[in-house]
Amino acid sequence: MDLSAINPVLLVASLMVAATAVMIAAIGELIVERAGVLNLGVEGMMITGAICGFAVAVQTGSPLLGFVAAAGGGALLSMLFAFLTQFALANQVASGLALTLFGLGLSALLGQGYQGIKPPATPRLDIPMLSDLPVVGRILFGHDLMVYFGLALVAATWAFLKYTRAGLVLRAVGENHDAAHALGYKVIRIRVMAIAFGGACAGLGGAYISLIRVPQWTEGMTAGIGWIALALVVFASWKPWRVLLGAYLFGGVTVLQLNLQAAGLAIPVEYLSMSPYLITILVLVIMSADKSRAPASLGRVFHATH
Amino acid sequence: MNLTKRALLTGAAMAMSLAAAGTAFAQEKTKVGFVYVGPVGDGGWTYEHDKGRQAVEKHFGDQVETVFVESVPEGPDSERVMTQMALDGAKLIFTTSFGYMDPTINVAKKFPDVKFEHATGYKTAENVGTYSARFYEGRAVQGTIAGHMTKSNVIGYIGSYPIPEVIRGINSAYIHAKKVNPDVQFKIVWAFTWFDPAKEADAAKVLIEQGADVILQHTDSTAPLAAAQAAGNVIGFGQASDMAEYAPSPRVSSIIDNWAPYYIKQTQAVIDGTWKSEMTWDGIGAGMVGIGEITDAVPAEVKAEAMALKDKIASGEYHPFTGPLKKQDGSDWLAEGEVADDGTLAGLNFYVEGIEGEIPQ
Repeated sequence: MDLSAINPVLLVASLMVAATAVMIAAIGELIVERAGVLNLGVEGMMITGAICGFAVAVQTGSPLLGFVAAAGGGALLSMLFAFLTQFALANQVASGLALTLFGLGLSALLGQGYQGIKPPATPRLDIPMLSDLPVVGRILFGHDLMVYFGLALVAATWAFLKYTRAGLVLRAVGENHDAAHALGYKVIRIRVMAIAFGGACAGLGGAYISLIRVPQWTEGMTAGIGWIALALVVFASWKPWRVLLGAYLFGGVTVLQLNLQAAGLAIPVEYLSMSPYLITILVLVIMSADKSRAPASLGRVFHATH
Repeated sequence: MNLTKRALLTGAAMAMSLAAAGTAFAQEKTKVGFVYVGPVGDGGWTYEHDKGRQAVEKHFGDQVETVFVESVPEGPDSERVMTQMALDGAKLIFTTSFGYMDPTINVAKKFPDVKFEHATGYKTAENVGTYSARFYEGRAVQGTIAGHMTKSNVIGYIGSYPIPEVIRGINSAYIHAKKVNPDVQFKIVWAFTWFDPAKEADAAKVLIEQGADVILQHTDSTAPLAAAQAAGNVIGFGQASDMAEYAPSPRVSSIIDNWAPYYIKQTQAVIDGTWKSEMTWDGIGAGMVGIGEITDAVPAEVKAEAMALKDKIASGEYHPFTGPLKKQDGSDWLAEGEVADDGTLAGLNFYVEGIEGEIPQ
């Protein structure tokens, strides 16, 4: 065993990268669920975002446009879910699962011809002086912009839910849609907007994988990260900062266990491999032992005449 | 009215005879099923199996109908998929991943008239045959190139699952890297997945951060090559498929699986009724394992050495597991000049001397 082979600075830097995709997708889903909608289609929207972003970035040569397209693609796909559940009043669980299957198939179709292509590189933040600082320079000032965007998104979501009137309305819709309706809020409209936001975030998360983390397009490349994002929202008791914590924990332990393996640590590999899931769940479950609970209207169908 | 009725009756009779002809026609078609562990577009393992399937379609034309299901998880889910294929009339089913071994045996018991072919496993039955390629022969060539090319003397290896096939590959690559570079060290990471580009990329990045400048992979996607490319000054190899889109560097060569001739042969055997349960294990010589073009990123003399080794293996003059070889714990395995037998290789579960770390059990 040679633990000195592990560079802690690079470890922290790469855990931030490993956590970003799942974090952005989970924040989107958090807003959706706080509005009282359970969308299990995160995986499908992520993979669709991954290919939309990849294709547009390759065609235009601009990663920025790629990310915009990824958000658009994810949001567009989520509108299918919004239509089914908010207007056709279909079951949310079934519609969400269908959305995942549809997204996986659609992305494979859209991705024909994009295999093996290298996307344009997303520039890293490079601030003279700051980025060259030892340790903190690499950890704080040496990432691609999406890492900072993800952090800003968590902060913005938290502030939105806690301090703004719109956030309060969103939460009201999620807690008791009948009461919110009686007060004159447009429940369906608010939920559709939340679903679109969730889709856009999932798309961005997917594009982060295909444009930065891997970076390439391969069918099925999100490989279950959407489901991790869904679980993260629940274990984080629908609180933005806990999503951040959970994502960093998950990303951190994932990268750490690979590092420990490469360094030849004597712990059996099976335990290392399951550790990201175990530790993330454990920590978040312990933290959610307070009285936090799911939004009361989560997953329930709303119709104004009921 | 009468006329109309007669016309109707004639029409119905015609429709019935047409339908009957249709069934008869369908019965003549031999249905061949394929169960894949990843998506057909993975660019590696499953991609090559699907190329084999397409070759079967092309070769037999209307005689054969192929069906496939992709991204089937190893385990109980695969049993469901195989059962469905057999119920739908498949006469021959190829199950193309190690983890389908027990499910294949289970389903085969229920359908004695259906032939099953399981890739890379070691359990057979009356109607279950196995087939695999001697990938370790390709690994020997890879190890030779890797040993010469590494400057840091650290070679990273991304393993999927600790099964004999993967362990053979690690041993073979190590033996031949060590032969040309005594200082070489292997760092092995087990990904516990065949296909997860993000995880494979992470594993490659970790290995690179820990000093590896050559990455060998036994997972199915091209993500490790993308990571090697992003890092610069790191080389890798195409796995299962040529992955030529990453040539000339980081992809300096590749191991290519060529299943098409085998799939065509076995399909023909089922059509002729001559199919028998066999354990097929072919290598470079038989063409089941191909070595992708070695690019100019590799010095000419290294390339020549690698090609010479490949030819010696192909002709049967040299076996990658030739003694003297010791096991990791220092005990003797093969004496001077002794060659490992297929039985030992098929169940290989130890590292050779010099590799650090333990195999997860």
